[in-house]
Amino acid sequence: MPVEVVLPEYLRTFADGARRVQLSANVVTVRDALDALAATYPGVVSRVRTEQGEVREHVNIFVQGESIRDGDGLGTRLHPDEELLIVPAVSGG
Amino acid sequence: MLLIGTMKGAFLLHSTSARTKWTLRGPFFPGQAVYAMAYDGRNGRHRLWAATQSMHWGAVLCWSDDFGETWVVPETPTITFPKGSDRSLRQIWQIALGNSDEPDTLYCGVEPAALFKSTDAGNTWSLVKGLADHPHAKLWQPGGGGLGLHTILPDPNDAKRVTIAISTGGVYRTSDGGRTWQARNVGVRAEFLPDKFPEFGQCVHKIVHHPSQPERMYLQNHWGLYRSDDGGDSWHDIANGVPSDFGFPLGIHPRDPNTAYIVPLESDAFRCVPDGKMRVYRTRNGGKQWEALTRGLPQREAYETILRDGLSVDSLDPAGVYFGTRSGKVYGSKNEGTSWALLADTLPPVVCVKAVVPIPAAASRSDVRSGTKHKSGTSSRKAATKRSSTVRRSATRKVAARSGR
Repeated sequence: MPVEVVLPEYLRTFADGARRVQLSANVVTVRDALDALAATYPGVVSRVRTEQGEVREHVNIFVQGESIRDGDGLGTRLHPDEELLIVPAVSGG
Repeated sequence: MLLIGTMKGAFLLHSTSARTKWTLRGPFFPGQAVYAMAYDGRNGRHRLWAATQSMHWGAVLCWSDDFGETWVVPETPTITFPKGSDRSLRQIWQIALGNSDEPDTLYCGVEPAALFKSTDAGNTWSLVKGLADHPHAKLWQPGGGGLGLHTILPDPNDAKRVTIAISTGGVYRTSDGGRTWQARNVGVRAEFLPDKFPEFGQCVHKIVHHPSQPERMYLQNHWGLYRSDDGGDSWHDIANGVPSDFGFPLGIHPRDPNTAYIVPLESDAFRCVPDGKMRVYRTRNGGKQWEALTRGLPQREAYETILRDGLSVDSLDPAGVYFGTRSGKVYGSKNEGTSWALLADTLPPVVCVKAVVPIPAAASRSDVRSGTKHKSGTSSRKAATKRSSTVRRSATRKVAARSGR
């Protein structure tokens, strides 16, 4: 099974309302997954990453429940069937 | 109409030219900070601009061609730093219309401090490299609000001449269309630096110039209140009789270059109006004297803060003056500041107030492009939503306006 990306509510606006997006491309890292997602839904990824490609400060990405910030960041490896979860951080005022 | 940006969305306050009764609409972009708004009524447009900033999802410049019934949120942000640069957009601080000779030109000032320019009415934007690559740029330091380019003053008489201000960097001006920029801070002090009068590095909070006499400028500094009569070549202290020369906003009368408005704050530590009295100060003689305007404003226990874009003056006669507070109040005067009324209360913290007098629709109806104008009400919101669901591949999508009231 391909890697699946789970989107928070706000970003679904830019993905035709989809909560889950299956990536058909072979992706090895989180960076690959976001690049593949950007090809279909650029509006999603432009809100997750800055124009320089970094994950925005208040956005968290989890792979199998682990934050990529605790792993290898965008280089964190993905395996078939794994789930990539994009979540807004607990921040605001 | 007042365009009101807050920390949690945008609002519109509507009135007739009598300015006696106001109707609030919004919030638009609820939960997102809107630090800059503008109205572009040139070339047949009726376009509202809103600079949205989500703490999570970044900063995006959005627009409405139907006075807020629907807003266009670009699929991808139209303002971004070039890939490979060491900068990423954090916030859009200012939206300014270009010189009247260039009716499709707009500017945006952003954080980190940089200027973007559009020559196609805002569809595409380019970084102004002459300023971005200025040798001073790496030495500019962020103020409390960040390193923002927050003021843009295109010269109404010369399209190649633009003045900008940065906190903290100071005033810069180009006379060659943005290719080169020169610091214009002579006489402006930097209280927080060992050299009190450096070439650059001042924390300028706001500048205004007069639309028909643009060499007349006023500058509210982080400590210091100044006037220039030579387009910023030199600045002279005009803090004559004000309770504090610290403050943020400035307004200028649409016809009289000697009339300007400020809101002094007690200090950079407290940043509230002095003595708990909400007072706007007005000069009618170019800063030789200032008078407190208090009628209709709370004069006890008012610990208010008005930020750099929180005050605006309309173009009507007599001129209307408006300001918004961090406590979410909007006050307005329809008689040039002589008396005031509370126009809105309990909004989120107000960071931007822009008074605009839209060109009547009937006067330019033939110029309005088809497909951008929608009927008000639920049907238009449904139409907009439906449209957005069918245009995923397009560069933009419309979202329904949300009204909280």
